[in-house]
Amino acid sequence: MKTIYRVLIGKPGLDGHDRGAKFIARALRDAGFEVIYTGIRRTPDEIASSAIQEDVAAVGLSSMSGAHLRLFPAVVDSLKRAGAEDIPVLGGGIIPEEDKQLLKQGGITSIFTPGTPVDTIIHAFTEACSKQHQSRR
Amino acid sequence: MEISSLLKRLHQGDARAVARAISLVEDQGQSGPDIMAGLDPKRLETSLVVGITGPPGAGKSTLTASIVKALRNEKTRVGIIAVDPSSPLTGGALLGDRIRMMEHTLDPDVVVRSMATRGRLGGLCAAAGAAVRILAASGCRLVLIETVGIGQSEMDIATLADITMMVLAPGFGDDIQAMKAGILEVVDLLVVNKADQPGAQKLLLDLGREATSSGRVLQTVAREDQGIIRLLDAIFALEQQLRQDNTLQIRRQQARQREALDWTLELLKPFLRQQINSSPTANNDPGEIARQLAGRIIAEHG
Repeated sequence: MKTIYRVLIGKPGLDGHDRGAKFIARALRDAGFEVIYTGIRRTPDEIASSAIQEDVAAVGLSSMSGAHLRLFPAVVDSLKRAGAEDIPVLGGGIIPEEDKQLLKQGGITSIFTPGTPVDTIIHAFTEACSKQHQSRR
Repeated sequence: MEISSLLKRLHQGDARAVARAISLVEDQGQSGPDIMAGLDPKRLETSLVVGITGPPGAGKSTLTASIVKALRNEKTRVGIIAVDPSSPLTGGALLGDRIRMMEHTLDPDVVVRSMATRGRLGGLCAAAGAAVRILAASGCRLVLIETVGIGQSEMDIATLADITMMVLAPGFGDDIQAMKAGILEVVDLLVVNKADQPGAQKLLLDLGREATSSGRVLQTVAREDQGIIRLLDAIFALEQQLRQDNTLQIRRQQARQREALDWTLELLKPFLRQQINSSPTANNDPGEIARQLAGRIIAEHG
Protein backbone atom coordinates (compact mmCIF):
# COMPACT_ATOMS: atom_id res chain seq x y z
CA MET A 1 0.00 0.00 0.00
CA LYS A 2 1.20 3.48 -0.84
CA THR A 3 2.27 5.45 2.21
CA ILE A 4 0.24 8.57 2.81
CA TYR A 5 2.39 11.37 4.17
CA ARG A 6 1.03 13.64 6.88
CA VAL A 7 2.35 17.20 7.06
CA LEU A 8 1.51 20.25 9.13
CA ILE A 9 1.23 23.72 7.66
CA GLY A 10 1.29 26.56 10.16
CA LYS A 11 1.89 30.25 10.48
CA PRO A 12 3.96 31.32 13.47
CA GLY A 13 3.82 34.83 14.87
CA LEU A 14 1.43 37.72 14.42
CA ASP A 15 1.39 37.82 10.62
CA GLY A 16 -2.12 37.15 9.36
CA HIS A 17 -1.43 36.87 5.64
CA ASP A 18 -2.35 33.26 5.11
CA ARG A 19 -2.98 33.14 1.38
CA GLY A 20 0.39 31.52 0.76
CA ALA A 21 -0.01 28.98 3.55
CA LYS A 22 -3.47 28.02 2.34
CA PHE A 23 -2.28 27.78 -1.25
CA ILE A 24 0.49 25.39 -0.24
CA ALA A 25 -1.87 23.41 2.00
CA ARG A 26 -4.26 22.89 -0.92
CA ALA A 27 -1.46 22.09 -3.36
CA LEU A 28 -0.12 19.43 -0.99
CA ARG A 29 -3.60 18.02 -0.49
CA ASP A 30 -4.04 17.79 -4.25
CA ALA A 31 -0.70 16.00 -4.44
CA GLY A 32 -2.06 13.32 -2.07
CA PHE A 33 -0.78 14.55 1.30
CA GLU A 34 -2.84 14.67 4.47
CA VAL A 35 -2.38 18.27 5.53
CA ILE A 36 -3.05 19.45 9.07
CA TYR A 37 -3.63 23.19 8.93
CA THR A 38 -3.29 25.03 12.23
CA GLY A 39 -4.24 28.49 11.07
CA ILE A 40 -2.66 31.86 11.74
CA ARG A 41 -0.99 33.41 14.78
CA ARG A 42 0.50 30.36 16.43
CA THR A 43 3.45 30.26 18.78
CA PRO A 44 6.39 28.05 17.81
CA ASP A 45 5.58 25.80 20.79
CA GLU A 46 1.98 25.37 19.62
CA ILE A 47 3.15 24.36 16.17
CA ALA A 48 5.72 21.90 17.52
CA SER A 49 3.27 20.38 19.97
CA SER A 50 0.63 19.96 17.23
CA ALA A 51 3.19 18.39 14.91
CA ILE A 52 4.02 15.80 17.56
CA GLN A 53 0.41 14.98 18.45
CA GLU A 54 -0.42 14.55 14.77
CA ASP A 55 2.71 12.50 14.06
CA VAL A 56 3.46 14.45 10.90
CA ALA A 57 6.50 13.67 8.76
CA ALA A 58 7.27 17.34 8.04
CA VAL A 59 6.31 20.85 9.12
CA GLY A 60 5.86 23.72 6.67
CA LEU A 61 5.96 27.31 7.95
CA SER A 62 4.92 30.47 6.19
CA SER A 63 5.85 34.03 7.03
CA MET A 64 5.24 37.26 5.16
CA SER A 65 6.06 39.72 7.91
CA GLY A 66 9.84 39.51 8.12
CA ALA A 67 9.95 37.66 11.44
CA HIS A 68 11.11 34.38 9.87
CA LEU A 69 14.68 34.63 11.21
CA ARG A 70 13.39 34.46 14.74
CA LEU A 71 10.26 32.32 14.35
CA PHE A 72 11.33 29.52 11.99
CA PRO A 73 14.35 28.38 14.03
CA ALA A 74 12.20 28.69 17.18
CA VAL A 75 9.96 25.91 15.82
CA VAL A 76 13.06 23.76 15.15
CA ASP A 77 14.24 24.39 18.73
CA SER A 78 10.84 23.59 20.19
CA LEU A 79 10.71 20.28 18.30
CA LYS A 80 14.22 19.50 19.52
CA ARG A 81 13.30 20.20 23.14
CA ALA A 82 10.37 17.78 22.78
CA GLY A 83 12.67 15.08 21.39
CA ALA A 84 11.28 15.39 17.87
CA GLU A 85 14.30 16.77 16.05
CA ASP A 86 13.76 14.13 13.36
CA ILE A 87 10.75 16.08 12.02
CA PRO A 88 12.08 18.34 9.23
CA VAL A 89 10.96 21.97 9.06
CA LEU A 90 10.51 23.69 5.69
CA GLY A 91 9.73 27.36 5.30
CA GLY A 92 8.48 29.86 2.77
CA GLY A 93 7.36 33.44 2.34
CA ILE A 94 8.93 36.82 1.76
CA ILE A 95 12.47 35.80 2.55
CA PRO A 96 15.45 37.89 1.36
CA GLU A 97 18.25 36.02 -0.36
CA GLU A 98 20.75 36.91 2.40
CA ASP A 99 18.52 35.30 5.07
CA LYS A 100 18.47 31.88 3.43
CA GLN A 101 21.86 30.84 4.78
CA LEU A 102 20.90 31.94 8.30
CA LEU A 103 17.69 29.91 8.14
CA LYS A 104 19.59 26.85 6.92
CA GLN A 105 21.93 27.27 9.89
CA GLY A 106 18.84 27.50 12.09
CA GLY A 107 17.76 24.05 10.91
CA ILE A 108 15.29 24.88 8.14
CA THR A 109 15.79 22.20 5.49
CA SER A 110 14.23 23.96 2.47
CA ILE A 111 13.31 27.57 1.80
CA PHE A 112 10.78 28.77 -0.75
CA THR A 113 10.19 32.27 -2.02
CA PRO A 114 7.45 33.85 -4.17
CA GLY A 115 8.99 32.62 -7.44
CA THR A 116 9.36 28.97 -6.41
CA PRO A 117 7.28 26.66 -8.68
CA VAL A 118 4.72 24.67 -6.73
CA ASP A 119 6.07 21.39 -8.10
CA THR A 120 9.44 22.19 -6.54
CA ILE A 121 7.73 22.69 -3.18
CA ILE A 122 5.76 19.44 -3.44
CA HIS A 123 8.92 17.61 -4.44
CA ALA A 124 10.78 19.02 -1.42
CA PHE A 125 8.00 17.91 0.94
CA THR A 126 7.91 14.45 -0.63
CA GLU A 127 11.68 14.08 -0.18
CA ALA A 128 11.58 15.36 3.41
CA CYS A 129 8.69 13.05 4.34
CA SER A 130 10.26 10.04 2.70
CA LYS A 131 13.48 10.61 4.63
CA GLN A 132 11.58 11.06 7.90
CA HIS A 133 9.63 7.84 7.33
CA GLN A 134 12.85 5.94 6.73
CA SER A 135 14.11 7.11 10.13
CA ARG A 136 11.00 5.57 11.74
CA ARG A 137 12.07 2.06 10.92
CA MET B 1 11.10 2.37 18.36
CA GLU B 2 10.75 -0.96 20.15
CA ILE B 3 7.11 -1.95 20.58
CA SER B 4 7.52 -2.69 24.29
CA SER B 5 9.01 0.72 24.98
CA LEU B 6 6.44 2.37 22.71
CA LEU B 7 3.66 0.71 24.72
CA LYS B 8 5.24 1.71 28.01
CA ARG B 9 5.52 5.34 26.97
CA LEU B 10 2.02 5.26 25.49
CA HIS B 11 0.56 4.18 28.81
CA GLN B 12 2.49 6.99 30.51
CA GLY B 13 0.66 9.40 28.21
CA ASP B 14 3.72 10.35 26.13
CA ALA B 15 2.44 12.41 23.19
CA ARG B 16 4.91 11.10 20.68
CA ALA B 17 4.32 7.44 21.53
CA VAL B 18 0.53 7.87 21.37
CA ALA B 19 0.77 9.61 18.00
CA ARG B 20 3.16 7.06 16.55
CA ALA B 21 1.07 4.14 17.73
CA ILE B 22 -1.97 5.55 15.92
CA SER B 23 0.07 6.01 12.73
CA LEU B 24 1.42 2.48 12.86
CA VAL B 25 -2.07 1.08 13.12
CA GLU B 26 -3.54 3.48 10.55
CA ASP B 27 -0.81 2.70 8.01
CA GLN B 28 -1.36 -1.02 8.71
CA GLY B 29 2.22 -1.48 9.86
CA GLN B 30 3.41 -4.90 10.94
CA SER B 31 3.45 -3.89 14.60
CA GLY B 32 -0.20 -2.79 14.57
CA PRO B 33 -1.64 -5.99 16.05
CA ASP B 34 1.03 -6.09 18.80
CA ILE B 35 0.22 -2.52 19.79
CA MET B 36 -3.49 -3.20 19.98
CA ALA B 37 -2.94 -6.39 21.98
CA GLY B 38 -0.70 -4.57 24.45
CA LEU B 39 -3.22 -1.90 25.50
CA ASP B 40 -4.30 -1.89 29.14
CA PRO B 41 -7.78 -3.50 29.14
CA LYS B 42 -8.72 -1.78 32.38
CA ARG B 43 -8.29 1.66 30.86
CA LEU B 44 -10.26 0.63 27.78
CA GLU B 45 -13.03 -0.55 30.07
CA THR B 46 -13.27 2.61 32.17
CA SER B 47 -13.01 5.14 29.36
CA LEU B 48 -16.07 6.55 27.65
CA VAL B 49 -16.31 7.13 23.91
CA VAL B 50 -18.59 9.96 22.86
CA GLY B 51 -19.43 10.48 19.19
CA ILE B 52 -20.33 13.93 17.95
CA THR B 53 -22.08 14.20 14.64
CA GLY B 54 -24.34 16.58 12.79
CA PRO B 55 -24.61 18.66 9.63
CA PRO B 56 -21.72 20.92 8.58
CA GLY B 57 -21.90 24.30 10.28
CA ALA B 58 -23.95 23.18 13.27
CA GLY B 59 -20.99 23.83 15.54
CA LYS B 60 -19.48 20.40 16.17
CA SER B 61 -15.90 21.64 16.51
CA THR B 62 -16.85 24.60 18.68
CA LEU B 63 -18.97 22.38 20.92
CA THR B 64 -16.12 19.88 21.16
CA ALA B 65 -13.72 22.64 22.22
CA SER B 66 -16.17 23.88 24.80
CA ILE B 67 -16.67 20.37 26.22
CA VAL B 68 -12.89 19.96 26.41
CA LYS B 69 -12.60 23.22 28.33
CA ALA B 70 -15.20 22.10 30.88
CA LEU B 71 -13.51 18.70 31.28
CA ARG B 72 -10.11 20.33 31.80
CA ASN B 73 -11.57 22.45 34.59
CA GLU B 74 -12.15 19.12 36.31
CA LYS B 75 -8.61 17.96 35.40
CA THR B 76 -10.03 15.17 33.23
CA ARG B 77 -7.67 13.91 30.52
CA VAL B 78 -9.45 13.90 27.20
CA GLY B 79 -8.75 12.65 23.70
CA ILE B 80 -10.26 14.04 20.52
CA ILE B 81 -10.38 12.36 17.14
CA ALA B 82 -11.44 14.74 14.40
CA VAL B 83 -12.30 13.12 11.10
CA ASP B 84 -12.34 15.01 7.81
CA PRO B 85 -12.86 13.64 4.30
CA SER B 86 -10.08 12.49 1.97
CA SER B 87 -10.28 13.51 -1.66
CA PRO B 88 -11.51 10.53 -3.65
CA LEU B 89 -9.34 11.65 -6.57
CA THR B 90 -5.94 12.20 -5.00
CA GLY B 91 -6.28 10.61 -1.56
CA GLY B 92 -5.12 13.87 -0.03
CA ALA B 93 -6.94 15.70 2.74
CA LEU B 94 -7.03 19.06 4.42
CA LEU B 95 -7.55 18.59 8.15
CA GLY B 96 -8.56 21.81 9.84
CA ASP B 97 -10.51 20.82 12.94
CA ARG B 98 -7.54 21.54 15.19
CA ILE B 99 -7.92 25.25 14.64
CA ARG B 100 -10.81 25.48 17.07
CA MET B 101 -8.91 23.41 19.61
CA MET B 102 -5.71 25.47 19.63
CA GLU B 103 -6.18 26.94 23.09
CA HIS B 104 -5.49 23.47 24.50
CA THR B 105 -2.48 22.72 22.32
CA LEU B 106 0.10 23.09 25.07
CA ASP B 107 -1.96 21.04 27.53
CA PRO B 108 -0.44 17.52 27.57
CA ASP B 109 -3.75 16.08 28.78
CA VAL B 110 -5.67 17.16 25.71
CA VAL B 111 -4.71 14.79 22.91
CA VAL B 112 -5.98 15.77 19.46
CA ARG B 113 -5.63 13.58 16.43
CA SER B 114 -6.89 14.63 13.01
CA MET B 115 -7.70 11.74 10.73
CA ALA B 116 -8.75 11.53 7.10
CA THR B 117 -11.45 9.11 5.95
CA ARG B 118 -9.05 7.48 3.45
CA GLY B 119 -11.81 6.34 1.15
CA ARG B 120 -14.15 5.14 3.81
CA LEU B 121 -17.76 6.38 3.70
CA GLY B 122 -20.06 6.88 6.64
CA GLY B 123 -18.27 9.77 8.29
CA LEU B 124 -15.47 7.80 9.91
CA CYS B 125 -12.10 6.35 8.97
CA ALA B 126 -11.24 2.68 9.20
CA ALA B 127 -8.68 3.21 11.96
CA ALA B 128 -10.97 5.33 14.15
CA GLY B 129 -11.78 2.44 16.45
CA ALA B 130 -8.11 1.64 16.97
CA ALA B 131 -7.27 5.31 17.56
CA VAL B 132 -10.02 5.53 20.18
CA ARG B 133 -8.58 2.58 22.06
CA ILE B 134 -5.03 3.93 21.90
CA LEU B 135 -6.17 7.27 23.35
CA ALA B 136 -8.14 5.46 26.06
CA ALA B 137 -5.11 3.36 26.98
CA SER B 138 -3.00 6.50 27.23
CA GLY B 139 -5.22 7.55 30.14
CA CYS B 140 -8.00 9.53 28.48
CA ARG B 141 -11.13 9.20 30.60
CA LEU B 142 -13.16 10.53 27.70
CA VAL B 143 -12.55 10.18 24.00
CA LEU B 144 -14.56 12.44 21.73
CA ILE B 145 -14.92 11.57 18.06
CA GLU B 146 -15.99 14.34 15.77
CA THR B 147 -17.21 12.97 12.47
CA VAL B 148 -17.36 14.43 9.02
CA GLY B 149 -20.41 16.65 8.81
CA ILE B 150 -23.11 14.30 7.72
CA GLY B 151 -26.77 14.05 7.09
CA GLN B 152 -29.19 11.27 7.09
CA SER B 153 -28.00 7.78 6.59
CA GLU B 154 -24.31 7.96 7.38
CA MET B 155 -24.43 7.12 11.03
CA ASP B 156 -21.46 4.81 11.48
CA ILE B 157 -20.48 6.78 14.52
CA ALA B 158 -23.43 5.36 16.42
CA THR B 159 -21.91 1.92 16.13
CA LEU B 160 -18.45 2.97 17.28
CA ALA B 161 -19.25 5.32 20.16
CA ASP B 162 -20.65 4.39 23.57
CA ILE B 163 -22.80 7.51 23.46
CA THR B 164 -23.68 9.39 20.30
CA MET B 165 -24.91 12.93 20.16
CA MET B 166 -26.12 14.88 17.18
CA VAL B 167 -25.53 18.60 17.05
CA LEU B 168 -28.13 20.73 15.32
CA ALA B 169 -28.53 24.46 14.94
CA PRO B 170 -31.28 26.87 13.92
CA GLY B 171 -31.67 27.08 10.18
CA PHE B 172 -31.39 23.35 9.66
CA GLY B 173 -35.15 22.84 10.04
CA ASP B 174 -35.62 21.27 6.64
CA ASP B 175 -32.86 18.82 7.33
CA ILE B 176 -34.61 17.83 10.51
CA GLN B 177 -37.81 17.10 8.64
CA ALA B 178 -35.86 14.81 6.37
CA MET B 179 -33.85 13.13 9.09
CA LYS B 180 -36.49 12.90 11.76
CA ALA B 181 -37.51 9.42 10.80
CA GLY B 182 -34.45 7.83 12.24
CA ILE B 183 -32.42 10.17 14.36
CA LEU B 184 -33.81 9.50 17.77
CA GLU B 185 -33.51 5.79 17.25
CA VAL B 186 -29.80 6.06 16.50
CA VAL B 187 -28.47 8.90 18.64
CA ASP B 188 -28.60 9.13 22.39
CA LEU B 189 -28.60 12.89 22.78
CA LEU B 190 -29.68 15.74 20.54
CA VAL B 191 -27.92 19.04 21.12
CA VAL B 192 -29.55 22.20 19.84
CA ASN B 193 -26.54 24.47 19.55
CA LYS B 194 -26.66 28.23 18.91
CA ALA B 195 -29.74 28.17 21.12
CA ASP B 196 -29.58 31.95 21.52
CA GLN B 197 -30.21 32.46 17.81
CA PRO B 198 -33.60 33.19 16.28
CA GLY B 199 -35.12 29.96 15.08
CA ALA B 200 -33.97 27.83 18.01
CA GLN B 201 -37.51 27.56 19.33
CA LYS B 202 -38.78 26.56 15.91
CA LEU B 203 -36.10 23.88 15.74
CA LEU B 204 -37.23 22.50 19.09
CA LEU B 205 -40.79 22.46 17.82
CA ASP B 206 -39.67 20.66 14.67
CA LEU B 207 -38.06 17.99 16.80
CA GLY B 208 -41.45 17.27 18.26
CA ARG B 209 -42.78 17.14 21.76
CA GLU B 210 -41.93 13.50 22.22
CA ALA B 211 -38.25 14.24 21.72
CA THR B 212 -38.04 17.43 23.72
CA SER B 213 -39.84 16.00 26.72
CA SER B 214 -37.65 12.88 26.78
CA GLY B 215 -34.72 14.64 28.45
CA ARG B 216 -32.54 13.70 25.49
CA VAL B 217 -32.65 17.14 23.89
CA LEU B 218 -30.27 19.72 25.31
CA GLN B 219 -29.59 23.34 24.42
CA THR B 220 -26.16 24.93 24.21
CA VAL B 221 -24.43 28.07 23.04
CA ALA B 222 -21.03 26.51 22.54
CA ARG B 223 -19.29 29.72 21.53
CA GLU B 224 -20.08 31.15 24.97
CA ASP B 225 -19.72 27.90 26.90
CA GLN B 226 -23.40 27.91 27.85
CA GLY B 227 -25.23 24.70 28.67
CA ILE B 228 -22.06 22.62 28.59
CA ILE B 229 -22.10 21.54 32.24
CA ARG B 230 -25.68 20.36 31.86
CA LEU B 231 -24.72 18.48 28.71
CA LEU B 232 -21.82 16.77 30.47
CA ASP B 233 -24.08 15.85 33.37
CA ALA B 234 -26.47 14.25 30.89
CA ILE B 235 -23.59 12.35 29.26
CA PHE B 236 -22.28 10.98 32.55
CA ALA B 237 -25.77 10.12 33.82
CA LEU B 238 -26.38 8.19 30.62
CA GLU B 239 -23.03 6.45 30.98
CA GLN B 240 -23.94 5.27 34.45
CA GLN B 241 -27.26 3.97 33.24
CA LEU B 242 -25.71 2.18 30.24
CA ARG B 243 -23.10 0.55 32.44
CA GLN B 244 -25.67 -0.57 34.99
CA ASP B 245 -28.01 -2.27 32.58
CA ASN B 246 -25.12 -3.74 30.56
CA THR B 247 -26.04 -1.85 27.38
CA LEU B 248 -22.56 -0.36 27.16
CA GLN B 249 -20.92 -3.78 27.06
CA ILE B 250 -23.37 -4.97 24.41
CA ARG B 251 -22.75 -1.86 22.31
CA ARG B 252 -19.00 -2.38 22.49
CA GLN B 253 -19.35 -5.99 21.49
CA GLN B 254 -21.44 -4.99 18.48
CA ALA B 255 -18.97 -2.23 17.63
CA ARG B 256 -16.09 -4.72 17.58
CA GLN B 257 -18.00 -7.10 15.34
CA ARG B 258 -18.89 -4.27 13.00
CA GLU B 259 -15.29 -3.08 12.92
CA ALA B 260 -14.06 -6.59 12.21
CA LEU B 261 -16.49 -6.78 9.29
CA ASP B 262 -15.21 -3.45 7.94
CA TRP B 263 -11.60 -4.57 8.15
CA THR B 264 -12.42 -7.87 6.47
CA LEU B 265 -14.09 -6.11 3.56
CA GLU B 266 -11.16 -3.72 3.33
CA LEU B 267 -8.68 -6.61 3.19
CA LEU B 268 -10.75 -8.46 0.60
CA LYS B 269 -11.10 -5.47 -1.70
CA PRO B 270 -7.93 -5.95 -3.81
CA PHE B 271 -8.82 -9.60 -4.37
CA LEU B 272 -12.42 -8.79 -5.30
CA ARG B 273 -11.34 -5.98 -7.61
CA GLN B 274 -9.01 -8.30 -9.42
CA GLN B 275 -11.73 -10.95 -9.76
CA ILE B 276 -14.16 -8.43 -11.21
CA ASN B 277 -11.65 -6.86 -13.57
CA SER B 278 -10.63 -10.22 -14.98
CA SER B 279 -14.19 -11.39 -15.30
CA PRO B 280 -15.29 -12.14 -18.89
CA THR B 281 -18.82 -11.00 -18.05
CA ALA B 282 -17.80 -7.38 -17.97
CA ASN B 283 -20.74 -6.29 -20.08
CA ASN B 284 -23.33 -7.80 -17.80
CA ASP B 285 -25.43 -6.04 -15.23
CA PRO B 286 -23.19 -5.03 -12.26
CA GLY B 287 -25.63 -6.54 -9.78
CA GLU B 288 -25.46 -9.84 -11.63
CA ILE B 289 -21.64 -9.78 -11.67
CA ALA B 290 -21.64 -9.20 -7.92
CA ARG B 291 -24.11 -11.99 -7.22
CA GLN B 292 -22.13 -14.44 -9.34
CA LEU B 293 -18.83 -13.55 -7.71
CA ALA B 294 -20.24 -13.71 -4.19
CA GLY B 295 -21.97 -16.96 -5.05
CA ARG B 296 -18.72 -18.46 -6.32
CA ILE B 297 -16.79 -17.44 -3.21
CA ILE B 298 -19.44 -18.71 -0.83
CA ALA B 299 -19.69 -22.00 -2.73
CA GLU B 300 -15.93 -22.46 -2.53
CA HIS B 301 -15.52 -21.61 1.13
CA GLY B 302 -18.96 -21.87 2.68
